Amino acid sequence: MASPQTNGDLWLKDLTKTFGDFAAVDHIDLHIPQGSFFALLGPSGCGKTTTLRMIAGLEEPTSGKVLIGDLDITYAKAYDRPVNTVFQNYALFPHMDIFENIAFGLRRRNVSDLDKKVKDVLELIQLSHLARRKPAQLSGGQQQRVALARAIVNQPAVLLLDEPLGALDLKLRREMQVELKRIQMEVGLTFIHVTHDQEEAMSMADTIAVMNNGVVEQLGAPLDLYERPATQFVASFLGQTNTLQGTVVGPDGDFTVVDTACGRLRLPRTELTGSVALGVRPEKIEFAQTAVSGVPDGANVVEGVVTDASFIGVSTQYIVRLRNEQEIAVFEQNLLFGRRALVGDQVTLFWDPRHSFALAAQ
Amino acid sequence: MNAPVVPVPAAGVQAVRSTKAGTRRRWTPYLLLLPGLLWLGIFFIIPLASLLMQSLQTPVPNGLAGQFQQTWRFQNYIDTLSQPNFYNAMIRSFTYSFIATVLALLIAYPLAYAIALRAGRAKPLLLVLVVAPFFVSFILRTIAWKQVLGAEGPVVSTLQALHLVQQNFTIYPSSAAVIAGLTYNFLPFMTLPIFASLDRLDTRLVEAANDLYAGNLVAFRKVTLPLTMPGVVAGTLLTFIPASGDYINSELLGGSVNTTMIGKVIDSRFLVLSDYPAASVLSFTLMSIILAAVWLYVRKAGTEELV
Amino acid sequence: MTMKRWLSHSVFRIYAVFAVAYLLLPVGYTLAFSFNNGGRSNLVWHGFTFDAWTHLCDAPGVCESVQNSLLVGVLSTLIATVLGTMIAFALGRYLFVGRSFTNLLIFLPMATPEVVLGSSLLALFLNLGGGLLGFPGVLLAHVMFCISFVVVTVKARVATLDPKLEEAARDLYANELQTFWKVTFPLVLPGIASAALLAFALSFDDFIITYFNAGSNFQTFPVFVWTSNQRGIPPQANVIASLMFFVALAAVIIAQVNSARKAKALAK
Repeated sequence: MASPQTNGDLWLKDLTKTFGDFAAVDHIDLHIPQGSFFALLGPSGCGKTTTLRMIAGLEEPTSGKVLIGDLDITYAKAYDRPVNTVFQNYALFPHMDIFENIAFGLRRRNVSDLDKKVKDVLELIQLSHLARRKPAQLSGGQQQRVALARAIVNQPAVLLLDEPLGALDLKLRREMQVELKRIQMEVGLTFIHVTHDQEEAMSMADTIAVMNNGVVEQLGAPLDLYERPATQFVASFLGQTNTLQGTVVGPDGDFTVVDTACGRLRLPRTELTGSVALGVRPEKIEFAQTAVSGVPDGANVVEGVVTDASFIGVSTQYIVRLRNEQEIAVFEQNLLFGRRALVGDQVTLFWDPRHSFALAAQ
Repeated sequence: MNAPVVPVPAAGVQAVRSTKAGTRRRWTPYLLLLPGLLWLGIFFIIPLASLLMQSLQTPVPNGLAGQFQQTWRFQNYIDTLSQPNFYNAMIRSFTYSFIATVLALLIAYPLAYAIALRAGRAKPLLLVLVVAPFFVSFILRTIAWKQVLGAEGPVVSTLQALHLVQQNFTIYPSSAAVIAGLTYNFLPFMTLPIFASLDRLDTRLVEAANDLYAGNLVAFRKVTLPLTMPGVVAGTLLTFIPASGDYINSELLGGSVNTTMIGKVIDSRFLVLSDYPAASVLSFTLMSIILAAVWLYVRKAGTEELV
Repeated sequence: MTMKRWLSHSVFRIYAVFAVAYLLLPVGYTLAFSFNNGGRSNLVWHGFTFDAWTHLCDAPGVCESVQNSLLVGVLSTLIATVLGTMIAFALGRYLFVGRSFTNLLIFLPMATPEVVLGSSLLALFLNLGGGLLGFPGVLLAHVMFCISFVVVTVKARVATLDPKLEEAARDLYANELQTFWKVTFPLVLPGIASAALLAFALSFDDFIITYFNAGSNFQTFPVFVWTSNQRGIPPQANVIASLMFFVALAAVIIAQVNSARKAKALAK
């Protein structure tokens, strides 16, 4: 077991898992620093859960290595590695009460001061009064916190969370996101969070690895991933994106000019040439007051007809059909009283070219 | 096939509503129950009362054999149960079936485990094969064991050919052969309920135990076994109860005074010797002991929902 | 894979193969000896012949006892399945005073050894003068011990039924009877079918209770085998057992393949 002095960073080196001909995880390399809140984000079947299970020791890698600091745990049994998991649907032992569930790992290792440790962690999750209840007598949110307590009480070098909030309703999920982040700060453990919910990943994690088809598509801080997605997949998986196909014309100062069916548009300087897709988030696009005025200098401008407008409270979401018949989404924050445009209106749209990004054409 | 005794959750039970159709509906369950419970009342409860009454009869003075009158003589119980060949047969029955139940559990649990969790696509086939012995007559199966274990059977001749035993060595007839027969015959009854509870087991709980530093053995002892106790309880009851009343195995594979089980004694007292009071005493005592044992066992195992 | 890892990986499968072989060994013996040229004693192998298969009814009493067994089996299965299913619905669908008493009354016959069930019925029949011994007594007895098993099997199925389905049917203008026959009953039917199969198997193979109440002139197949054991069981008995074995095996396999195919079709 890793002694606390050694560096507790987690390393996945060229990690691969195949089932028959199918590569669930395809030569992944990741470095997760000690104490970070790391998210593995991707659609179901992307390999994130298999990756997690290999870190947990519940699945044996086909090749590659899993290291904590200098310690190679690739083939260590699940019960021999300083890694604990908060399971999807919690997997609380139904025949044991909450106290015994939390004490389970401590008892296996004959940890001293068991009583105090369990009580402390019960306090941390604010469920001290339910210590003698059985899991079935708890609400979903309470079970979720018990599952978390059962794992962190062992002070693992790495804590894995497998879709931990998936079974909760929306309001509770928001509350638990805050709660999880608070607990992570408080205990200072490395959290690796597997989820398919981009908002969940972005709201909690320091670093996100977006996975698809067994490989990491992009790695970075939530803001970077959102504002500068590197691939079409990342752009569409994290939030909503409009993409306009075009051809690179050439550089223009800090920008690259792209020729599209809706006119010449600019995006931040890119190395890509030839066919590209220009991406822009719906909330970055604004309506011009009139067709001729209100557009700042240097903005990207397109024109179209509003085909749909739905008011959803904080914003109104429009669908605008451009000249080339392509439809794009535009989110307008609800600052004015009433709607800005009606279905059928001719509109001029613009956005700051720094909010565009280039994606390799599909 | 479903395991005969499994805990059944009372889900889906509807409360009787007090609508205008309520009066009719309140009678519906009783109408549904009436014929079946009447049948059980007449052919299960009344016979037990009949048995109890018969156990308190005495011979008609100067009457023929098999003629008795109701004299409510409770002394019958003391007289009958104090006879060594009777109480020995009773003790022997419980000993044999206890050993057979333990052996069957030891054989069946790993088998059920293999079928439920390790068989993959072979699961349905293996289940059919476990049930298959049911489809051959119980008595013929037991006679087949007589052939397998007999002096000219494959087991003894193999052992003799390997010079592991002497030439005059026999397995059958003996107590061991009777216990082996009981173990064999009730093995499917043990396997199926355990299979059912292992099949329902959420294997993520075992993974969770592994993740929390429990080795495979500890995870089994702390998680798998406690969660499959309902199956174990059902299986042991379905083995122990019929085994303790059975006498086909003891007659076919034992066949001597030293292997006689209580069922045979009741059989011959009733059907051969027409000693109805003694037979009834033994029968009623057998049932009382078993019911008391079942009640204690089920309470101790903490699976009251079984009943 | 190394030898050790392969072993630890496959140890349960290897065990399962041995255990199943152990379970099937006597079955194999029973089948094999239906071809024995043994004459009156069928305990030792004398040579191969089809005689017993081609002259099935030549051994006195065999075919008659099988007829009796089938008759008792079919009738008691029918009665027990109807009565038991009614009880199962009452227990699974209604809350009523006397539920736990009913549950206890269902459980008790299963917790009572056969020899007690058989002897207590005999005690009743003897008190009534012995007139019911034979076919009527055996039939009454078989229905009695089959009911509980039917109740438990069907109740399990009723319990897994989603009550929302019945609510949906009522919402779509089905009255109570229509709801039952169009929705509830078809969904519970597989449970009733397996309960009926179980009841028939229990009835057909019952020896002890039957033996106590059969009187002197009525023999079912197990009683025939038992009583002819002293003189030697004719190989025809093994033929009957083999036939039963294959019919039952075929029924179970067909049912399994059918349900597997249905599941596959649904998954598409």
